[in-house]
Amino acid sequence: MTMMGSDLIMYEEEFSRINAELQKLHQQANAKVVFLVDKNGQLIASAGETHDIDTTSLASLTAGNIAATGGIARLLGEKEFTILFHEGEKDNIHISMIGQRIILVVIFDGRTSIGLVRLRVKKASDALAKIFDEIVEKFEKEKGTGKLEESFFAEISDEDIDNLFK
Amino acid sequence: MSFINYSSREINVKIVYYGPGLCGKTTNLQFIYKRTNPDQKGKLISLATETERTLFFDFLPLSLGDIKGFKIRFHLYTVPGQVFYAASRKLILKGVDGIVFVADSQIERMESNMESIDDLKINLAEQGYDLDKLPFAIQYNKRDLPNIVPVGDMDRVLNPRNVVWFEGVAVTGKGVFETLKAVAKQVLFELKKHY
Repeated sequence: MTMMGSDLIMYEEEFSRINAELQKLHQQANAKVVFLVDKNGQLIASAGETHDIDTTSLASLTAGNIAATGGIARLLGEKEFTILFHEGEKDNIHISMIGQRIILVVIFDGRTSIGLVRLRVKKASDALAKIFDEIVEKFEKEKGTGKLEESFFAEISDEDIDNLFK
Repeated sequence: MSFINYSSREINVKIVYYGPGLCGKTTNLQFIYKRTNPDQKGKLISLATETERTLFFDFLPLSLGDIKGFKIRFHLYTVPGQVFYAASRKLILKGVDGIVFVADSQIERMESNMESIDDLKINLAEQGYDLDKLPFAIQYNKRDLPNIVPVGDMDRVLNPRNVVWFEGVAVTGKGVFETLKAVAKQVLFELKKHY
C-alpha cells in the first residue's frame, strides 16, 4: 500500500497481517465490529459481525465524517481531531486516525466499555501503523525493480471496459 | 486515488460528479441507481436537506463486473452544488480518480457553469491535482429544455481542453451511462499507465 499521496496498493501478505490485527482488536476490545477505512472512503478490511452491516456505506460516511471534522478542526486552528466518539442508545462508535491516511472504526455495545476500547485501539494502532510503514517500504522497493509492471493492468483493453457497461 | 487490493482482487476508484446547483448531479446518480441490477450496486446515500438539495454528498457504490479476474468497484460521489457549500465540496474531492462535470444548458445558468468549473479547478489545485491531467468528462445536461445554449457555444466556453462530452437529459437517462463509461475508461487507462 502506498501512502505518499498516490494510490493504495495492498498485497496478500500485508492484508492477512492487517486482518489478524483487526481480529485481535475485535476480540480483545470485546467489540461488535472493527474496520479500517482509507481516508477517501474505501473500506480496507473488517472483522466481527459485519453480515448485517452495510460496510461500504459505513466506510464512505465515516470518511465523510472524518473529513468534515478535519474541516472544523482547521477552522479552529487545530491540526485535526484524532478521535471521534459517537454514543448511541445501544451501540457506540469509536473512530480514530492511524497516521495521516487510515481510519480505524470500532463499533461496540454494553458488553464492553469505552475505556477498554480506547486502550485496545491504542495498542492496535501502533501495530497497524508499523504494518503500513512496511507496506510503503515494500512498494518503493518493488517499484524500483519494475515488478509492478507485470500487473494485469497492462492487458486491459477497450473491450474489457465496454463489457462492464453492457 | 484508487485502492488496488491484490489480496481480494479488487480495484476501487472514486469518481466525483461536479457542477453548479441544480444541474442534475444527483439525478445522474439516481438514474444509474435505478438502472443497475441489485447485485451490482449498494445503497444510494444522499445527505440532503429537507428540500432535497445535497448538503454534503451523495454516494453510490457500483460493482459492474470483472476485468481479468479483478472486481472493478466504482464509488460515485456528487458534491453539493450551491455556492455556500464550498467547504464541503472541497472535502469530497479528496482522493478523486475521475471527474464528471455536469453543466446546466439553460442560458441563465451559463455563468453558474463557468463559476463552478473555475471553483473545481481551484479546489483540485488545493489538493494538489491538476484538472488538465485528471480523467475528465463533461455532460451538457437538460438538453430537453427550450431556453438552452447551443452545445458548440457551451463547449467553447467550458471545454478548452476538448475532453469527451455528451448531451444529457439526466431525468430520462439520456447520456448518463455514456458519460460514466467515458470517465471510467479514462480512469482505468490511467491506472494502466502507472501499474
